Amino acid sequence: MGKIQLTKVRKSFGEVDVIPGIDLTIENGEFVVFVGPSGCGKSTLLRLIAGLEDTTSGVIDIDGKDATNLPPAKRGLAMVFQSYALYPHMTVRKNIGFPLKMAGMDPAEQDKRVERAAKVLNLSNYLDRRPGQLSGGQRQRVAIGRAIVREPAAFLFDEPLSNLDAALRVGMRQEISELHQSLKTTMIYVTHDQVEAMTMADKIVVLNAGHIEQVGAPLELYNFPRNLFVAGFIGSPKMNLIEGAEAAKHNAHTIGIRPEHITVGDGPWEGVVGLSEHLGSDSFLKVAVEGLGTMTVRAPGEVHARHGDRIRLAPAGKIHRFDTNGLAI
Amino acid sequence: MSTHSSRLAARMMVAPSVVLLLIWMIVPLAMTLYYSFRFYRLLSPDRTNWVGFNNYLWFFNSPDFWLALFNTLALVGGVLFITVVLGTLIALLIDQPIKGQGFLRILVIAPFFVMPPVAASIWENLFMHPQNGLFAAVAQGFGAQPILFLEQYPMWSIIGIVSWEWLPFATLILLTALQSLSSEQLEAAEMDGASPFARFRYIILPHMTRAITVVILIQTIFLLGIFGEIFTTTQGGPGSASTTLPYMIFKQAIAAKDIGRAAAGGIIAVILANIVAYFLMRGLGRNLEN
Ligand SMILES: Nc1ncnc2c1ncn2[C@@H]1O[C@H](COP(=O)(O)OP(=O)(O)OP(=O)(O)O)[C@@H](O)[C@H]1O
Ligand SMILES: [Mg+2]
Repeated sequence: MGKIQLTKVRKSFGEVDVIPGIDLTIENGEFVVFVGPSGCGKSTLLRLIAGLEDTTSGVIDIDGKDATNLPPAKRGLAMVFQSYALYPHMTVRKNIGFPLKMAGMDPAEQDKRVERAAKVLNLSNYLDRRPGQLSGGQRQRVAIGRAIVREPAAFLFDEPLSNLDAALRVGMRQEISELHQSLKTTMIYVTHDQVEAMTMADKIVVLNAGHIEQVGAPLELYNFPRNLFVAGFIGSPKMNLIEGAEAAKHNAHTIGIRPEHITVGDGPWEGVVGLSEHLGSDSFLKVAVEGLGTMTVRAPGEVHARHGDRIRLAPAGKIHRFDTNGLAI
Repeated sequence: MSTHSSRLAARMMVAPSVVLLLIWMIVPLAMTLYYSFRFYRLLSPDRTNWVGFNNYLWFFNSPDFWLALFNTLALVGGVLFITVVLGTLIALLIDQPIKGQGFLRILVIAPFFVMPPVAASIWENLFMHPQNGLFAAVAQGFGAQPILFLEQYPMWSIIGIVSWEWLPFATLILLTALQSLSSEQLEAAEMDGASPFARFRYIILPHMTRAITVVILIQTIFLLGIFGEIFTTTQGGPGSASTTLPYMIFKQAIAAKDIGRAAAGGIIAVILANIVAYFLMRGLGRNLEN
């Protein structure tokens, strides 16, 4: 009911190859997150799946059927846009009911489904308002409501939470996760946000310049990044990457060690604290270590280190090793 | 910005211009009103006196007046209909991404820069002329008799000419409205299964209502006073077939040199304009809110 398969999908805008060729399988019911730096082609890939852009070559299968040349409406997918794209002159009720109306469903049934979706999304009191009279979070919910009523084979989200403030984001993130658990429908979700990717995904797809760098479960990417790009992209603050003599000791061209896998106190490395950020639960330190460059350290709780202090560090966790091509050893 | 004193200051500062505008408007209106109750012909200027409502009655009793009233409304309504419908369609067309889009847009706007009497002359002599006109040539090409536009269909011809002049204005305003529609809304509608027609009907058209309202209101103001095109082409004829209220007033004032009647006609025109404005605002004013 929602398996999507991309085979050698390519997309170019004129001369520019935005997506040079992607193979990807999304299983039915999966929550897949696309992450990657800005401009890497996440939105383009999503729009290709939606049918809003034509593929230059390659095949998109939805539910085992070739959908490459189907118009968006025929693919049975629903999309939630970053700007919500609500219809401003229609009430919330009409917005949510619009896909049903277009499908020619009878009005009584339309009403029933709209009411049901509104109840799930806590919108029952706002059905007769216009989008302009709603808060950002409520608008987001209307956009999701408009997607739910169609009972699509899969949901596509393009950075749906990026216009919301931090607190609302956390709330909506959980709501979308719960929605996925109750509907069990395939969801494809594009985001910039590490936390969203790590917490929501069954499977993360890391994109870089139109290529897939790695596909896997969140912790799999965290623990076993396949190459330097993924190692640097997944995890916050970023993994420390060290080249040269220290790396040679481990028989690698580059070694990587995550900030949370370094302890402060005794150890082989000595450096001067540059910047220290105290969050209460954690402290982030930037330490200039002789011979290694600047290292980021994440220490739990409060650490009494200030700018200019000399401290000693020790690796205390997995050391990731990479060869000259940047691939994990 | 709305403390008591700032509002008072604002009123005081606006006052001079308001007073000036009021005088500017009231004086001519009062004079017109005054003359509309007088017997005053330029051919016998010494014989003036009060005549009550005679000047108005003359209009109401003249069969030409009712025709002129009808023609005025037909001109306004016809041109509005044609410019809004065609303007919307052309705006939809030239909003498509095509080569030479900029040039095409300039072409579409061009008629607006042609002065009304010139436009009317062009149409009369180059298009509608029974011997030299393009339409006559086309008709003859098909072996048909040339149509005598200005003689047989004078009102339709004038509506056509004026529509041609005002189409660019409507197109321009509607095009800018169209361009301000977010493409994501259209894409969302496409995903929701809306056909191209449904997208037009439920997304594009509602988005454009305000622009359409503005086009209708502005054009109505100008169309009620259309004169040059009629003067250049049909001169209100044949007979009175294409006489509108402004043209009828002109005939009383300049041809018959009857200032009293012309003034009465002017007052009737003002009342007509207010009636039209009232119904327009009642029907469309809601679209301008928020
Ligand atoms: N219509 C278009 N014409 C030409 N180039 C385009 C078009 N749309 C996107 N691109 C290019 O394709 C690349 C990928 O764009 P895309 O919008 O998919 O990035 P993204 O990963 O979603 O970035 P972001 O995270 O900033 O949203 C960009 O370099 C962009 O300039
Ligand atoms: Mg994007």
